[in-house]
Amino acid sequence: MFVVAVFALFIAMVLVLGRLYAGPTLYDRVLAVNSFGTHTVLFIGVIGFLTGRPDFLDIALLYALINFVGTIAILKYFRYRAIGDAHQRPTDREIGH
Amino acid sequence: MLDLFIDLSLFTMLVATGFAIVKMRRLFGVTMMTGVFSLLSAMLLVTLDAVDVAFTEAAVGAGISTVLMLSTLTLTSRIEKSPVHTPWIPLLVVAVTGAVIIYGTLDMPNFGDANAPAQVGVAAQYMERGPEDMDLPNTVTYILASYRGYDTMGETSVVFTAGVGVLMLISGLRRRRRRKPSRDEGEVS
Repeated sequence: MFVVAVFALFIAMVLVLGRLYAGPTLYDRVLAVNSFGTHTVLFIGVIGFLTGRPDFLDIALLYALINFVGTIAILKYFRYRAIGDAHQRPTDREIGH
Repeated sequence: MLDLFIDLSLFTMLVATGFAIVKMRRLFGVTMMTGVFSLLSAMLLVTLDAVDVAFTEAAVGAGISTVLMLSTLTLTSRIEKSPVHTPWIPLLVVAVTGAVIIYGTLDMPNFGDANAPAQVGVAAQYMERGPEDMDLPNTVTYILASYRGYDTMGETSVVFTAGVGVLMLISGLRRRRRRKPSRDEGEVS
């Protein structure tokens, strides 16, 4: 059963990679990277159960956290065009429209 | 058989991502692809049972590097200039380097070989005496933090020095920008 899961996972990865290479807009690429991070989590889980040692599931959870923080950083870059010093530039709300 | 399939699929995706990175000119897409590249390398390291290395690769490559690349993109251009010289000389250099590296792997012991130099040295001593010496459950942790404590401390101080240097450079740049603020007022909303 886990063998089928590995095959399905690889098919999903190839589909996501196709969207990453072709993706016309930047948002397609951001979504592709985020989704690929999720596939990494799934892959670590499946590999653990496939080899009979599911000890690394907690590490897979850490990958999910990294993925989340990375996506937040990328989207913050989209919103403010800066990551560390966003407070130096006024946002729409501070300007008042 | 399945191991071979997994390795081949991951390496195929890795090579395809590498070519896509080379072909792409928009640096934002390149940044996204390098994130996926390091996630793929992390998966390959997981299949080699090097979970800690894989986690470092994912945290540094897909996490920190992406953020650092994006902050670099805010300071520089977002489109890569097309190269002015022919790609043949760099291709030759890369091919020669790759051939030398592959030649170097010919002398290496097989994967999981019990007589490999890494296994017959002090590693056996670490495995035997570690649990009594340190009373820690994780082998990697007690080797890194105790047996190789000075080595780890040196690495940490190198990384710390590099971080302090980069922070000093960036703060100098920011101060110079604040002194002439009229430059980027025009592009806000």
